[in-house]
Parts: sequence; C-alpha cells; structure tokens
Amino acid sequence: MAYIKAISYYLPSRVVSNEELVAEFPEWTVDKIASKVGVDERHVAASDETATDMAIKAAEKLFEGRSDIQKESVDFVILCTQSPDYILPTSACIVQSRLGLRTDIGAFDFNLGCSGYVYGLAIAKGLVVGGIARCVLLLTAETYNKHLHPRDKGNRTIFGDAATATIISNEGFAEIKDFVLGTDGTGAENLIVKSGAMRFPNRSEEVSFDENGNPHSADYLYMNGAEIFSFTQQNVPKVVKETLLKNNIEQDDIDLYVFHQANKYMLNFLRKKLKIAEDKFFVNMAKVGNTVSNSIPIALCDAKQQGVLRGNVLLSGFGVGYSWGGVMLHIK
Amino acid sequence: MELNQFVENFAAQFDDTDASVFTPETKFRELDEWSSLIALSIIAMVDEEYDVVLKGDDIRSAVTIQELFERVVALK
Repeated sequence: MAYIKAISYYLPSRVVSNEELVAEFPEWTVDKIASKVGVDERHVAASDETATDMAIKAAEKLFEGRSDIQKESVDFVILCTQSPDYILPTSACIVQSRLGLRTDIGAFDFNLGCSGYVYGLAIAKGLVVGGIARCVLLLTAETYNKHLHPRDKGNRTIFGDAATATIISNEGFAEIKDFVLGTDGTGAENLIVKSGAMRFPNRSEEVSFDENGNPHSADYLYMNGAEIFSFTQQNVPKVVKETLLKNNIEQDDIDLYVFHQANKYMLNFLRKKLKIAEDKFFVNMAKVGNTVSNSIPIALCDAKQQGVLRGNVLLSGFGVGYSWGGVMLHIK
Repeated sequence: MELNQFVENFAAQFDDTDASVFTPETKFRELDEWSSLIALSIIAMVDEEYDVVLKGDDIRSAVTIQELFERVVALK
C-alpha cells in the first residue's frame, strides 16, 4: 500500500491584490469578477524565479519541518510542470542536484496542468507498490503568470503561481486508494500556449483583441472559458461517480471533497450539481487563486491544518489536455 | 419549454442590465455587461433549468436570445 506522508507548499513573495488589478484595468469591473471567481489575491513568481526554483523551496520546507523525512531517503523525484526551465534537460534532474539528493534515484518531469496532482499520486503509488521506489518526492510547480499576456485581465485575475512537495511512501497519514483517469485530446485547442515548442517554434509576435478586449496570441495562454466550463460540467460529475464506484463507497460516506480549485463559480456549480453539502466541500482559493497542479496539494495542506482532513477524502483534478482524474484518500 | 421564461432566466444572469432590456430579439453579445463569465452563467443556467449541456460554440453561433433558446430546444 502507498501513503501520503507529508505535504508542503511554497508561494512566491510577490502578491497581486485586486486593488492592483483595478488600477491597471480601470475600465473593468475587477471587484465583481474577482468575487465571482473567489480570488482576493494571488502570488506571482518574480521574473527571475522559475517553477524549478519554487519546487526546490517547497521541498526544502518539507525537509526542514520534519525530522522523520530525510533527503537521503528520497529515491525518486517526479515533477509536474508546464513551465519547465528548459526544453531539455528535465527539470527534475536539476532538482536532484540542487536539493542534494542521492544520484542512485530516478527523476523525471511530466507535463500536465490541473489534473497533474492526481496523476502524480497515481505514478507515485505505482512506483511504491511495484517495489521500484520507497520514498517518492512528488513536486508540482507552476508559473502560469509567465504564460499570460499582460493585458489578459481575466486570466490574470484567476491564476496564481505556486509549488508543492509531497512525500509518498509505504507509511503515512493518508492511504492512496483507487484511481479513475481520463483523457480527451479533442479539447487541446481550448487551453493552449501554441508557440515556443516544435510545432510553432517561432513566436508569432501577433496579438488580436476580442469583443471584451481580451488579447489573443499564439505566444500566450489561451483559454476558451465557455468550452472548459462545458467540459467540466460534463466530465467532473462522471469522474466523481466513477471514483466512488471504483472505491466501492457511497457519496455520503465521503467526508471531504477536494477538487482542483479552478474558480469559485465553477466549484459551486459542480457542488450543487453533485448535491454535495457545503461543509464537505473544500474551497480555498481566496488567497492563492487557481494554482493549476498545485491547487489540490495546497488545499490538502490547508485542510489538514484546519483539522477538516479526515476519513474518506475524494480528490478530482481536471483541465488542460483535456485530462482528468479522481482518487480517494483514506486519512488515518 | 417557454420562450418568455427562457428570456427571464437569461436576464437573471445579469446584475447591472435592467430586466426590461431583454426580449427574444436582444442581441446579447452587444450588451455592455456581456462577458465570458456571463457566458458561463448561461451554460450553468441551461444545465440547471433545462438539463441541457451547451457548448461554447452554441453560444458563439447564436446572435439573439431566441436563437439560443431554439438551440436549447433542439438539444433537449
């Protein structure tokens, strides 16, 4: 069996408040939008601070805080990011060296967004249960703000940068139960940064503005909000039901639901659609925003601190790809 | 399904635009308050009230509220 042993997170020091966004976009109702999406402030990485830097800080926090977790015992590193330092080498290799981890360990990145943490737990569980590793360091680190056009007020309101570190081992406080995973690449175009990799290696340097004054450019993150909403509306309730079925448990026997913190509006809609009571549904994005693959581990960390992480906990991540996943944790 | 009720449900997604502005012929994307977030509210409302899943394309290809209503009827 595989367990989560510890979780920590790191937020970059720069905080962007709603007031700051109001000053930048005076023509726009930032306050109204921000209250609908449930974000009061978000942290943004400095221009010289990358996802790898932040992942290292999150991991260091984990080792500093716990005497029972030694760097020397880590025998696998997996890093989830869509903001790597380089096209190659793999950021996880850089992390191994900068954290001073052993060299006889495995390390790789995987490129997923909002579903990434659930996938990371699935990989880590596979490594532990398969006897390939005994102490997996799962890192998530994302700087979506670096993918955003400066005039993209909507996404700048929603997204925050962050990194998290989780230890998965054969003992810990949360047993990782069964998974449901899904993929539908027909949605690729609806959440995309087009240029900069091999399909479109050169930056287009072109920007057009839509009817709401939002910039569209192949060089920055494009999100078709309505299509993404439609996708989650169709898929998340299904994933939740399948995850319950897979774990052979009734909806009422789940003590806490922790979804990817996409935005408050969408979360409330999903909660109502699934008929989940408010006190069993964790929402905590006011101070961090949508932190992509970091949102679930940050939520787990905060829920643990608030004493509400107990019993059966259902996680669900969904987004860019499209990619989605669900898993149940059982808290000891 | 009734068109006037649909127009009313549509209007309820707006905070600052007076309900009297909304008619079946209203070109909703021309309203000042129209935004991508209101598009999400419309998708949510149609799911809750009519049990129909609208795509972003359904909203984009409709010009008036009545056209969107007809799309919802067709998908029902």
